[in-house]
Amino acid sequence: MTTTATDSHATEHGLSTAGYVRIALILAAITGLEVSTYYVDFGWLFMPALMIMMVIKFVMVVSYFMHLKFDNKLFSWLFYTGLILAVGVYCAALATFKFFG
Amino acid sequence: MWFTLDNLATAHDTHEDAAHTSTGLSNVKLGMWLFLGTECLLFGGLISTYMLYRGRVGTGPRPAQVFDIPFTSVSSFVLLMSSLTMVLAVSSAHKRDDKSTNLWLVITALLGATFVGGQVYEFTAFYNEGMGFSTSLFSSSFYVLTGFHGVHVTVGLIMLLALRGMLKNNKVPGSRAETVEMIGLYWHFVDIVWIIIFTLIYLIPA
Repeated sequence: MTTTATDSHATEHGLSTAGYVRIALILAAITGLEVSTYYVDFGWLFMPALMIMMVIKFVMVVSYFMHLKFDNKLFSWLFYTGLILAVGVYCAALATFKFFG
Repeated sequence: MWFTLDNLATAHDTHEDAAHTSTGLSNVKLGMWLFLGTECLLFGGLISTYMLYRGRVGTGPRPAQVFDIPFTSVSSFVLLMSSLTMVLAVSSAHKRDDKSTNLWLVITALLGATFVGGQVYEFTAFYNEGMGFSTSLFSSSFYVLTGFHGVHVTVGLIMLLALRGMLKNNKVPGSRAETVEMIGLYWHFVDIVWIIIFTLIYLIPA
């Protein structure tokens, strides 16, 4: 009974230990794939593949390790607002240098 | 019988965790997420600057000439695994398992120290190859970006070690699990920033 209580408490705060290890293994495998793009010529797929793998890793860490998937949506709003603003800063800087640089 | 002392302790924790605020959420956690949102802006600015200047190498070495991808890949893997050990520390803290929490915190700190050591080695190697801080716009923006990240990891290390000491001496104010979780959030943040830096700065050639 104690085990059940502990497990349910763990689920309240995210995944079980095995779940976290599985996520870490997936992240390690994606990192391996990312590194392989340095050695293997992926042609036109190189850039999109790297960007997609980066986004998948980012979302997995934020959702599972930082518990955003299981937490209140307000935390997600706070964090992703900052992130979207940061991407906006990058686009604005890029556009400024493109037109006025 | 399902109603044991453990269940009582868990129920008590749940009541402790439920924050008595106007939002019903912990203000500490709310503040931490707000802080991490602003940190996105800081690193967004630094990454933007690097992306704009990475082609301006002047007479200095180009990124591809100095970057050691196998070495940085190992560093990235080490930092990624430190995120796993950190989340296990948070999980143990929620289960009120102090022994495991301490162990995972120490392992996380060791992995973090390995990463910082690797960065110091990398900077030294780059300097010896003729890439000083003011050699070119590329080198300046590279050192500022990765240096800022390194400082964040170092601050995280100090926080981990301080937390371990506080846990050992039973001097954690408020909820122990929440304190470990907040430091965990900061630690995972430095990991996600590195996920972006590793791809955009190291793997995509200028």
